[in-house]
Amino acid sequence: MSETVRLYFDVDGEDFTSAGQASVQVKKSLRQLGIPPEIIRKVSIAMYEGEINMVIHAGGGKAEVLICEDCIEIRLRDQGPGIANIEQAMQEGFSTAPDAIRSLGFGAGMGLPNMKRYTDEMKIESEPGKGTDITMRVYL
Amino acid sequence: MKISVIKELLGAEVVCGEDQLDREVYSACGSDMMSDVLAYVKDQAVLLTGLVNPQVVRTAEMMDMVCIVFVRSKSPTAEMVALAREHGMVLLKTTKRMYEACGKLYANGLVGNGVAR
Repeated sequence: MSETVRLYFDVDGEDFTSAGQASVQVKKSLRQLGIPPEIIRKVSIAMYEGEINMVIHAGGGKAEVLICEDCIEIRLRDQGPGIANIEQAMQEGFSTAPDAIRSLGFGAGMGLPNMKRYTDEMKIESEPGKGTDITMRVYL
Repeated sequence: MKISVIKELLGAEVVCGEDQLDREVYSACGSDMMSDVLAYVKDQAVLLTGLVNPQVVRTAEMMDMVCIVFVRSKSPTAEMVALAREHGMVLLKTTKRMYEACGKLYANGLVGNGVAR
C-alpha cells in the first residue's frame, strides 16, 4: 500500500459546537484530490461521528487521515476514559452520553454503529482509563 | 421541486441563500436527531428540523444537503448562518410544526426516498 497524502488534526475537546471542523477539512481535501463523491461521503460521515465521539467522551484527541492508492484510512486516537465493553458500545441505541448532548441531536447510541456502517473495515482498541484508538478504512 | 416552491408551500422566510432558490431538489427528511440523519438518510437534499446548533449545518454538509428548513419558528444563530453561507446552503424558517411542514411537502410531491411519486 503506497501512501500518497497524509492529513493530521488536533480535535479540540473543549467546545462541542466546533466539533466536526476536521471532517469538513478532510471533505474539502478529498474533493480537491478528485476522490469519488460516494467515497467522500462515507469517509466524512465516519470521521465526523468519530470527532463528535472524541469531543463528547474523551475531551478531544488526534485524527489522522491517510489517502492511499487503494483506500482511505482514518485513525482516531484519544486519551479519554476508554470503552469498557466494546461489543455493547457497538449496539445501536447504547449510549453513555449525557442528556445535554442528546438535546444537541447526538448521543443516541448511533455514533460507533454509523462509523462501522460507512466504512469497509473498523478496528477499535481501548483500555479503560487510558484511551481509545480507532482505525477505519474505506476502499477506493 | 424548486426550493422557491418549498418556501411558498411553507410560507417560509429565507434566512440565507436567496440566490439558490431556483435549485431543484428531489427528496427531503425530517428529524431532530442528527445521528439518525447520518445513519438513515441517503441522497436527501432537504433537512427539516427544530434543532438549532451548528452541528445541524455540519450534518447537512456531511450529507451533501442543499437546504435546511427550521420548523416551529426556530431561528438559526449567526454562526450557523455563516457556516451555511460558506457551503452555499439555503436556510429557511417557517412557523409550521414538523408534522405539518413535512406533510405539505410530501403531499406536493417531495418524497422521502429520492423517487418522484
